[in-house]
Amino acid sequence: MISRVLAIASTELRIARRNLWVLTASLIMMLFALALTFAGAAPTGALGVDLLTVSVASMTTLSVYLAPLLALMMAFDAIAGDVERGGLALILTYPVSRGEILLGKFLAHLGTLAFAMTLGFGTAGAAAALSGGAGSESLIALARLIGTSILLGGAFLALGYLVSALAGSATAAAGLAAGLWLLFVVLYDLSLLGAIVFDDGGFFTRSVFPWLLALNPADAFRLWNVAGAEGVALATGMTGAADALPAWVAPASLILWPPLALVMARGAFGRVEP
Amino acid sequence: MIDNTASGDAVLKVEKLCKSHGSAEVLRDVSLDLRPGERVALLGHNGAGKTTLMKQVLGLSTPNAGQITIAGAYPGSDAARKAVAYLPEAVAFHRALSGREQLSLFARLAGEPRSIVAPLLERVGLADSADRRIGTWSKGMRQRLGLAQVLLGRPRVALLDEPASGLDPISRYELYSIIDEMAAQGTALLISSHALTEVEARTDRIAILRKGKLVADDSLARLSKRAGLPIRLKLTAKNNDATELHAELGGQRVNGASVELLCRPDQKMERLARIAALGDLVTDVEMSPPSLEDLYRRFSGEEQP
Repeated sequence: MISRVLAIASTELRIARRNLWVLTASLIMMLFALALTFAGAAPTGALGVDLLTVSVASMTTLSVYLAPLLALMMAFDAIAGDVERGGLALILTYPVSRGEILLGKFLAHLGTLAFAMTLGFGTAGAAAALSGGAGSESLIALARLIGTSILLGGAFLALGYLVSALAGSATAAAGLAAGLWLLFVVLYDLSLLGAIVFDDGGFFTRSVFPWLLALNPADAFRLWNVAGAEGVALATGMTGAADALPAWVAPASLILWPPLALVMARGAFGRVEP
Repeated sequence: MIDNTASGDAVLKVEKLCKSHGSAEVLRDVSLDLRPGERVALLGHNGAGKTTLMKQVLGLSTPNAGQITIAGAYPGSDAARKAVAYLPEAVAFHRALSGREQLSLFARLAGEPRSIVAPLLERVGLADSADRRIGTWSKGMRQRLGLAQVLLGRPRVALLDEPASGLDPISRYELYSIIDEMAAQGTALLISSHALTEVEARTDRIAILRKGKLVADDSLARLSKRAGLPIRLKLTAKNNDATELHAELGGQRVNGASVELLCRPDQKMERLARIAALGDLVTDVEMSPPSLEDLYRRFSGEEQP
């Protein structure tokens, strides 16, 4: 089983490299992270924290948008595209299971994302540390940002496979993936915000809202990074929601999302007739 | 060649297979057996159910009723997948991979050593292009790569969906020599095709699907006999005037100078004797037996056989 998963993974990794996905993803991450680090250098003095802390806070906000986007762009074609090209029908005539195919693709795509995240955030972090100084706390915050970004990417990779299996074609899968991104990253927060304004500090805001926030992997990612570092919390202004929840909730949500979404994707993949 | 008496058991058994997509019945009560080393042509119009039948055998789709066994195993099981090879109608490999990389992946999935990849590429004539990306290949080359993966691991059963489509005559000749070689090694081959004249000489048996029903499954000679298709006789008259000839024999006047007659195979000699008796009224006789096209039309057409 392992050897078949690795065979799929190494082939997918090769494809990702040839398609310039590895290069593109790394460049995007690096450019945005560097730009944010130096554009965000201004409030350092006002908050009394080092440049790396501010940089991690900015990059956290960046990653909420970028990690799901990159993951969905890599994943939407994975099943629908193979069905359209006819490659899936052929590969399934070999003694390899759908679970092994899915896992192989996931490993390759997650590896690509992890490489891009580490390179992008690492470079920006190093630049910030060199020019503005860094404490041990801010270095831990940077490591946490990279790790949680990979988890967030993993969750959206799996969600991407899910829509890829549910959609009839690669074009439809691309549309669904765009919708998914909009829903999780933009609309979910907007609707919660609307509910808070309507509720005006009542029961919903104090007891329901933090849990709903943690349910969304993108927000769980934000909460985890905010709760982890006081400086980051100051810089992002998300302390309220983070304080209202037990410390384990956001990490549990973010860690559980990738495997659960993978199980859902495997279920949908099982119903695909190539 | 394989000895059919020693291994007479079917390696692929399809029994009373039914499959419908929604309310449309794609396969109705199809039964078909393939013995080791047998080459069977699967003919039928587009939409007759040829690809659907193959997908059931491959375990890519589940039948509504009926049973399939491949070397004693059920479709989709590991044992069945190891025993069967498939060449899809439109082979589409990943454009970014080279031929060698693509075939190595299949070898690894099949549990074969990587050392068999190079000889296989050589066998299908792709040794020189093996390290170029498949995206730069012609359709014929991709078809050959598809054939190379069919040869992986000496399958017991090979399903080839329209293998000759898009091939030039020389590649087609090579394709059939590979098919013959596989059959000689004991692989049972099911070959769907529109190239009727090709399969005539190249297969042991012909199965014809019409609207999801198997309407024929026999050797060409026996099918011809069963169909009872007429032999066509074309007579050319003396002095390019067929009036007298037509009055004598009946039949159909084709132009001023010739007459066309249809006769059953068992009446052929009697007819020829009558024509010979007319002496120099007839200057030429052209006789054409029913072609495979006629036969195919007879079984796959709307008329009931």
